[in-house]
Amino acid sequence: MKFRAKITGKGCLELFIHVSCTVARLAKVCVLRVRPDSLCFSPAGFHGLREAGLWCEVRRGAFQQFRMEGVSEDLDEIHLELTAEHLSRAARSAAGACSLKLQLTHRRRPCLTVAVELASSLGRARSVVHELPVQVLPRGAWRACLPPSLRAADASIYLPRWRTLRSIVERMANVGDHVLVEANLRGRMTLSMETEVVSIKSYFKNLGNPPESAGAPPNGDLESMVQVRVDNRKLLQFLEGQQINPTVALCNIWDNSLLQLVLVQEDVSLQYFIPAL
Amino acid sequence: MPLLTQQIQDEDDQYSLVASLDNVRNLSTILKHATCLATKNGIKVTVENAKWTLTAFRMCYQGYGYPLMLFLEEGGVVTVCKINTQEPEETLDFDFCSTSVINKIILQSEGLHEAFSELDMKSEVLQITMSPDKPYFRLSTFGNAGSSHLDYPKDSDLMEAFHCNQTQVNRYKISLLKPSTKALVLSCKVSIRTDNRDFPSLQYMIRNEDGQICFVEYYCCPDEEVPESES
Repeated sequence: MKFRAKITGKGCLELFIHVSCTVARLAKVCVLRVRPDSLCFSPAGFHGLREAGLWCEVRRGAFQQFRMEGVSEDLDEIHLELTAEHLSRAARSAAGACSLKLQLTHRRRPCLTVAVELASSLGRARSVVHELPVQVLPRGAWRACLPPSLRAADASIYLPRWRTLRSIVERMANVGDHVLVEANLRGRMTLSMETEVVSIKSYFKNLGNPPESAGAPPNGDLESMVQVRVDNRKLLQFLEGQQINPTVALCNIWDNSLLQLVLVQEDVSLQYFIPAL
Repeated sequence: MPLLTQQIQDEDDQYSLVASLDNVRNLSTILKHATCLATKNGIKVTVENAKWTLTAFRMCYQGYGYPLMLFLEEGGVVTVCKINTQEPEETLDFDFCSTSVINKIILQSEGLHEAFSELDMKSEVLQITMSPDKPYFRLSTFGNAGSSHLDYPKDSDLMEAFHCNQTQVNRYKISLLKPSTKALVLSCKVSIRTDNRDFPSLQYMIRNEDGQICFVEYYCCPDEEVPESES
C-alpha cells in the first residue's frame, strides 16, 4: 500500500483546509478512502441513515501530485480510519503555506504524515510535520464507508444565497430545535418552524431546479411541496463556517424521510445527509 | 422612526393595526418583550426587558385573540412570524410629572458613552449628583477597588441645557440602569430630569438614517438607602 500526494495551489490548499475542518466539525472519527482518482471522507461507524452524515470527495485534479497503490490490483483502494480533529489541526497549520504533502508512512504504527512547507517572512523556508496515527481498515469494513445509494429524490432544488439561508436557520435555531424544509419543482422553497408561542415561515422563490431532477413528485404535480422535518442544529452545523463559493449548491428531499445538501466547487464535492426527525 | 399607521384599504381591511418600517435595525436593538400601544400618532412600544435586523418590516394585529403578525423582507426572501399574544400586565406607572421636576440637564450623548461603558460594574449603585453648585453633574460608583467620580461642568461643550435648582444626590441600582445604555448608544442627546421624589426620567433622542426623530423614555426607582454625605 502506498500513498503520496501534494497540494501546492493556493486555492486548492484553502479548499482542502476547508474540507478537513468541515469533516472535523461533523464527525469525531472519519474514514479516509484513498482511491486511484480521489480522496474520500466518510463518517466512521456509520450505521445507515438514522443519523446525519457527511461525505466529501476531493478529486485528483486538486493535487499537483497524486500517487497511490491500493491493497492489491483488484482492490485498488486504501481505507484509513483517523480522528478528524487531528487532520483539521494539521491542515489549519497550512494556512498560507507553499505546499501540503500527505503520505502514508509507518512509524511503529501506520501514520498519515502531513508535511507543510511554510515560507517565512525572512525568506527561509520552514516545514511543519504532523504524524497522524491511523488505523488501516480491513476489506470487510469497506462497504460501510460508501455513501448511501438511493432512489431519485422527490424534489431537487438549488439552494438560496448561503448567507441568507444560514442567518434564517440560525435565528430559527434560537427559537426551536427542528425545522421543516419544503420544496417543489417550480423553484419554491420554504423553511418553517413552530413552538407554542411563535411560528416562523420563510419563503424563497425563483431558486431554480436542477435539470437532472427527473424525479416525478409523489402525485405528479410540479407545484406540490415535498417536505422533511429535520434537527435544526444539524443543519446549522453544516451551514456554519462554510466560506467556499460553491459552483453548485442544491438540496434533495425525499418526502418525510431525508434531506441531502450537495455542494460542489472545482474538484471538491460535499454531500450531507440529514434524516427526518 | 418613520412608522406609518395608515388605513390601507384593500388587503389590510381585516386588521386593526398596520404599520411599516423601512429599517427595523433601531427598533430591534431595543425591543425584546414588549407591550405595544397603538395610537393615532404611531406605535408606542413599552419594553419591560430581538434580533431581527432585517430590512423591511411590517406589523399587523387583527384584534383581541389573534396572534401578532410580523412580515419581514430581506433580499427577496419573505419571512412571516406569528406570535401568540398574552394578556397584558399592567405596566408600571412611575407617575413622573413634568411640573414636579426639580433638576434638568440635557447632554450630548457622546459624552456619556464612555462613562457608561466604563462604569464599575462591581458597584451596586450609580450615584447621580445634580446641583446648581459644584460639581454640577457627577456620576459616581463605589466598587471593591475604590470609588470613582465623573464630573461634567455646567459650561462644558457637551452640556446643552443646565437647569438645576436644588442639590440632589441619588443612588440608583446599576443593574436597573444598565439596560438603558442600549438606547444611549443609539441616541444623539439625552435629557436627565429628577422630580421631588428623587425619581429620574431619562429621555433619549434618537435620530435615524432618514433624519426622523424618536424618543426612548426610561424610568426607574431610586435606591432606598439614604446616601452618605459626599466628602
